This record gives sequence, structure tokens and C-alpha cells, in this order.
Amino acid sequence: MSNRSKLFIPAAFFLVMLGLLFYGLGRDPSHVPSALVNRPLPEFSKPALFDENQNISSDQLRDGIFIVNVWATWCPPCHVEHPYLLEISKREKDVNFVGVNYKDDVKAAREFLEQRGNPFKFNLVDLDGRLGIDLGVAGAPETFIVDATGTIRYRHVGVIDNKVWAETFEPILAQIR
Amino acid sequence: MIPELGHFALILALCLASLQAVFPMVGAHSGNTLWMQLCRPLSAGVWVFMLLAFGCLAYSFLHDDFSVAYVARNSNTLLPVYYKFAAVWGAHEGSLLLWVLILATWGYAVSILSRDLPLDILARVMSVMALITVGFLIFMLGTSNPFERMLLNTPAEGADLNPLLQDFGLTVHPPMLYMGYVGFSVAFSFAIAALLTGRLDAAWARWTRPWTNAAWAFLTVGIALGSWWAYYELGWGGWWFWDPVENVSFMPWLVGTALIHSLAVTEKRGVFKSWTVLLAIAAFSLSLLGAFIVRSGVITSVHAFAVDPERGMVLLTLLLLIIGGSLFLYALRAPVVKGTATYGGYSRELFLLFNNIILVVSTATILLGTLFPLIHEAIYGEANKVSVGPPYFNTLFVPLMAVMAFFLGVSTFSRWKRTSLQHLWQNLGKLLTASVVLGIVIPLLVTAHFNPSAMLAMALALWIALGVVADIWQKTANKASRVDGLRSLSLSYYGMQLAHLGVAVLILGVCLTSHYSIEEDRRLAPNESLTIGDYEFVFKGVEERRGPNYIADSATIDVLKDGEFYLTMHPEKRRYLARGDVQTEADIQVGFFRDLFTALGDPRGEGAWVVRIHVKPFVFWIWLGAFLMAAGGITAILDRRYRTKRVRDEAAVPAVGLKTALE
Repeated sequence: MSNRSKLFIPAAFFLVMLGLLFYGLGRDPSHVPSALVNRPLPEFSKPALFDENQNISSDQLRDGIFIVNVWATWCPPCHVEHPYLLEISKREKDVNFVGVNYKDDVKAAREFLEQRGNPFKFNLVDLDGRLGIDLGVAGAPETFIVDATGTIRYRHVGVIDNKVWAETFEPILAQIR
Repeated sequence: MIPELGHFALILALCLASLQAVFPMVGAHSGNTLWMQLCRPLSAGVWVFMLLAFGCLAYSFLHDDFSVAYVARNSNTLLPVYYKFAAVWGAHEGSLLLWVLILATWGYAVSILSRDLPLDILARVMSVMALITVGFLIFMLGTSNPFERMLLNTPAEGADLNPLLQDFGLTVHPPMLYMGYVGFSVAFSFAIAALLTGRLDAAWARWTRPWTNAAWAFLTVGIALGSWWAYYELGWGGWWFWDPVENVSFMPWLVGTALIHSLAVTEKRGVFKSWTVLLAIAAFSLSLLGAFIVRSGVITSVHAFAVDPERGMVLLTLLLLIIGGSLFLYALRAPVVKGTATYGGYSRELFLLFNNIILVVSTATILLGTLFPLIHEAIYGEANKVSVGPPYFNTLFVPLMAVMAFFLGVSTFSRWKRTSLQHLWQNLGKLLTASVVLGIVIPLLVTAHFNPSAMLAMALALWIALGVVADIWQKTANKASRVDGLRSLSLSYYGMQLAHLGVAVLILGVCLTSHYSIEEDRRLAPNESLTIGDYEFVFKGVEERRGPNYIADSATIDVLKDGEFYLTMHPEKRRYLARGDVQTEADIQVGFFRDLFTALGDPRGEGAWVVRIHVKPFVFWIWLGAFLMAAGGITAILDRRYRTKRVRDEAAVPAVGLKTALE
């Protein structure tokens, strides 16, 4: 390569980067990996949904595999997701489902689970969204797989249905079991 | 009425900037002195109208004019006056206004402070700066007008400023950061002017250096303030997260640092010319890239502004025109500014080049890490996400910086053109031994633990600091007295040594904090206590406290030192009324040798809370080091040689020389 054409390297490099940024613009920005994947579940202690005087803390989420689902009654996709969660939680006995009721009306949340069924082993209330911030939640529903060492292994944004479960969750669960 | 006035001022500024972009440049090419001289009054005009526009927006904020959409989204009647003013740059539109105002300010400053600059160079520099102003004003007026009104549905109350931003550090952080980002536009414009004219000599480098130093110093302070803010406002006790937004401010800083040193070589020795020009273009380009990444939502971050693809598209076009255009110009014209001087092995030039390369490689590393999630997705599809975290950055960046710190010490002692290895060893042998021995012994004595990476950092910091002292000692040795010697040294020399000392202080701060901090997250019931080192923290309980626009759970923690009462700390959890956002407000007792950091977690019933208590040694030194670096940059600007008339006389000679070289 001649010395003259070497001078075009910065410009060429820049154009490649520009192309990448152009691609980035057309992309759905909500699909972003959590910075917390492969890091420990943040420390927390939150009141239980069905008993405000009792707290559920991250220490209780130790033995076994946990699926932490961030949901709310104001979130329509959560309503869509709910029957699938019920079904899956009945089927997958060795996985513990944890419901984080996110910035919600506590009474409405209780009624919702009482009427439609409760897929969760633990139910906690994140009224101020603090846990949501710690988890890097962009909205509801979001679901995290936490392994037996308390490490977050995967973050899923959006609804879980049978297809998502089979294609995305099961391979990861198979790995960490 | 006032918002319309501001809007109109923006349009007038755009008109004047357009004239400034065209006439001085055309005048410089055709030799029309009158057209060239237009650059001064025009840049003054642009600056005045930008200031007026900014004043109008500030007025709307201070008078709670919620008919202005931007004010309604970012202010509130309960917001303290100080934050109402700072809210002007609290979100995308207003901060863009500040960005352009600062650009106009730099332009105006160049036009009045560069009296010695040949008119044709000044005209070209001012035209390039005006061209950038035009681009950003079109962007602002087209997609992000801060004066947009909501006259039909004027809200009675504003949505309040983001609570994270209601903090002194963060109100000063953006202006400082923008001063730095935008300040690199001056070096950029000088570089473009040099490429256009083919004149790049010692005089050119001397004109460019103070502007580059100033921008770099502001950027240093800006980044330090941002890190300080993250430290005490985010409530995590960390001070650097390798977040994309932090990275994009760090990249121009690294390249700016390389530019400062490369400019020094270009001025003193007439080499690295084309490299210097490329760095000048790169520093500003990375600043623009930062603006794009923060404002387009292409990479998410806690600090990013609201996502808007349309804005991103316009910004991307601006990037293509400004950066693409200048790099293309560089490719065509760089051979014209090539240096002819030579340098031998182990010369100062060589060591500076070496460190320049390390800085650029570090920048490339960070750029790759920041864009990697995007690259990965582009190749493997949207389903495949990766995130690049601190492990990547630390693994690559820390060793690079260690190598750089080592060569920093060597290059101060090396000479221009050629240094004999023997000379280097004579000067450095003892220093090297002393810093290695002390670097191992001191941590061992203080902590009684063998920690190799802490020792390495200690040795490197000592290596730089002892080098600074030894160099000053040597340079004053041949004078009648040491005081005379100290007086004879120039301010730019002191500036350099001060900045290098800052690097040593920063290395110490970063390393000791990372290795020796003690961090406890503990559930504490009232009157329960926690002991860390010499300190005992007694949790007294939490009370509700009412602030101007928030309600806080305020904890009381008594700190005992060696059993004696030392101080009381009040970390808080604030709930902001307008948005309902909850914000952790850490209480930090800053000390020269250690910080006591307390933050409040979640309540655990019966008055017990999770309390985060850290004892962080030497964390203050991180910001002290950054401040010393910035002070060094400013000190160097104050050197007399940047203001003497000598500049003009010398300029004529190399220009002739280069002309012959061209033919």
C-alpha cells in the first residue's frame, strides 16, 4: 500500500464506524443486555406482598434456581404473560418463581393474584422502584434467571410464553442445573 | 414573548454564523482583506445572540413559564431557584443550547485573543468554527427547539427536574464538560486551517497549544466532577463505572492528552506534524461522537438523554459532514504538512511518540468496548446480546496506563534529538531503585499484607513523583541559589510538572481506594453499631424530614473514633414530590487520607434499616490528582511566551522554509 493511500485509513475507519452507528439507530433500543448478567443479584429487602410486616430479602433467594419476574397490574403484557407463568411454574417444580410487584397498587396486585392464581413462591413489593433500579429494569415485564450461587444468568425483556420458554429459558436452565 | 425573542435570537445567530462560515473563508482564498476581517464582528454577533437566547430560556425557567414545553418537562415551582437556573441545561434541548453558546464563546475568544495571528489563518479558523455552529444551530432549530410552546394545554405545574440532577456537582459538570468538548473545536479548526494552507510550523503549534491546554483542563475538571457526582449522588460508593457516557467523555480526554504532547514535539522539533493534525481532528471528532452517543440512544446508559431516532439521524449526518469531511481533507492534504526533521534513538521525541501511541491504543480499546455490544449485534443478530463491563476495561486499560506511567518518568529525563542510555541510567537508576523499594516497603509496613498490584501502583506513583522532584532539583542545580533556579524555570515547565504530579496523585488515589476500601452493607437496628478499623458507626434510627421539594427518611449515625465521639452523619432517602422518584443521598465525610461514606438502603421493619457504610482511603486523591492536572494545564497557558510579540517574527521564517519544501 502506498503512503498516500494509507492516509485514507482514518477516513475509512470512520465510515465503518458511522455505518455501525447507523445500524444502531434503526435498532430497538429496549433490547439491551443487563449490565448485571453474570453478576450477583443485588442485595435487597422488600416487604412481602401478602404480609407487609414481613420482609423478603435477597438472602432468602439462595438455595436453588430462581426466576425473578418483575410485573405490575398496570402492565398489559403482564396480563398476557400471567397464564403462561402459572402453567410453567406448575410444570417446573425445581425452579422457584419470585414475583416482584413493581411500582404498583398493592391491593390491586393482591386481588390479581388471588383471582387468577399465584405462580410465585415469593411475592415482594417494590413500591418505590428501588429494586427495579438496582436490577436495571426498563419496564415490565422483565424476567431474570438467578442460579444457585445467587448470580444473574439471563435477563429477558418482554412477555414469556411457551415458545420463549422452550427456546430461550430451557437451554439456559439446562446449563445451570 | 420572551421565548419568541429567544427563538428569534437563535435564528439570527444562525444567519450571522452562516455569513461567518462563508465570507472570511472565501476572502482568505481570494485575498479580500475586508471579507477576512468580517470574522471578528460576526463572531461577536453570534456570541451576543446565543447569549441572548440562553438568557431568554433562563428567564422562562426562573419565571416558571410552563407554556414552554421544555420548561414544563424540567422544572417545577417548588424547585429551588438555583436548580431552576441549572435546569436550563438539565435535558437535551437546553444542554444543546449551552453547547452552542459555549462554541460561540470559544469562537469569540479566539477572535479577540489571537491578535497576533495572521489574518488569513484567523479567517479560516473562524470560518471552520462557524461552520460547526451552523450545523448545530440547524440541528437545534430543526429537531430540538428549547423554546417550543404548549399554548393550548399549558400545564399548571411542571414535571420537575430529574432528582439525580438536583445536585451541585451535576449542575457544574455539564458546562465544564462542554467547555472541554467544544474547546477542542479550536484545535480542530486550526488543524483544518493548516491543512487548507499547508502552513504548519512552530508558530502554528504555539498558537494552538494554549487553546488545546485550556480545553483539556476544562474537560479534566468536567470528568472529575462527573465522577465525584457518581460517587456521592448515585449512592453506590463507586466513582467510575465504565458507563458508555463516561467512556465517551474519557476518549476525547485521552486523545487530547496525546495532542498536547504531540503539539509540544511539533513546536520544539518540527516533527509529528501530520500526526498532530490527525490528533486534533480526532479529539474533536470523539467529542462529537460523544454528543451523538449520549443524544441518540444508540447505546443505553443511566446518564443518556431521551431516545429519539430522528435526532440521531440528523446528528449522524452532521458527524458525516464534519468528521468525514475533515478526515477526507486530511487524507488529501496531509503530505503537504509533513515534517522534515529527524530524531534518533532514545530521544524525548521517541518516548513521547511511544506514550502517544499508548494513549491512542487506550482510546481505541475504550471505543471498541463501548461499541462492542453494537458490533456483536450487527454480526450475530439482535437476539445475541453481550454487555461489556468493567472487567474488560480494567484488564486492558490498567496495564496500558502502568506502561505509560513508567515511560512518563523516562521521557521527562530524556533529551530532544538523542539521549544516551548512559545519561538516562545515571539519572534514573537511583530513582527506579528508590521507587521500587519504597513501593514495596510502604504498603507492607502500613497494611502488613503483600499486595503486588497495590505495590506496583505505589511504585509507579513514586516513580513519577520522585522524578518530578529530581528533575526540578537538577534544573536548579547550576544557578546561584535554589530560589534563583526556581525563578528561572518557565511556567510551562511548572505546568507540565504539576500535571505529572497530578498523574502520580491520581494513580495513588485510584489504586489505594480500589485495594484498601472496606465496604459493609449491613442491617442495623436502632443503637446497633458496626466497627470498621478505628471507626465505630452507631445507627441511631431514621426520622422523616421535609425538604423544599421532597420528603426524606433521614438517618442519624454517630461515628466514634477510637471510642471517642467523632461526628454525626445523616444519609437520606428522598422522595421527590413531583415525580415520586426516590433518590439515595449519601452522607460523606471527606478527609485527606480517607472518606467515611454512609448511605441508606431499605427499611427492614422495627426501625431497622440496611445501611451501607464504607471507609475509603485516599479516595479524595482521585479528584485532587485531576485538579492538579487541570491546574498544570492552566499554569502552562499563563507562560509568557504565548503572549509575546516574538511569535509573529518567528512565524515568517519557517513559513518560507516550508514553501521551498513544497516546491
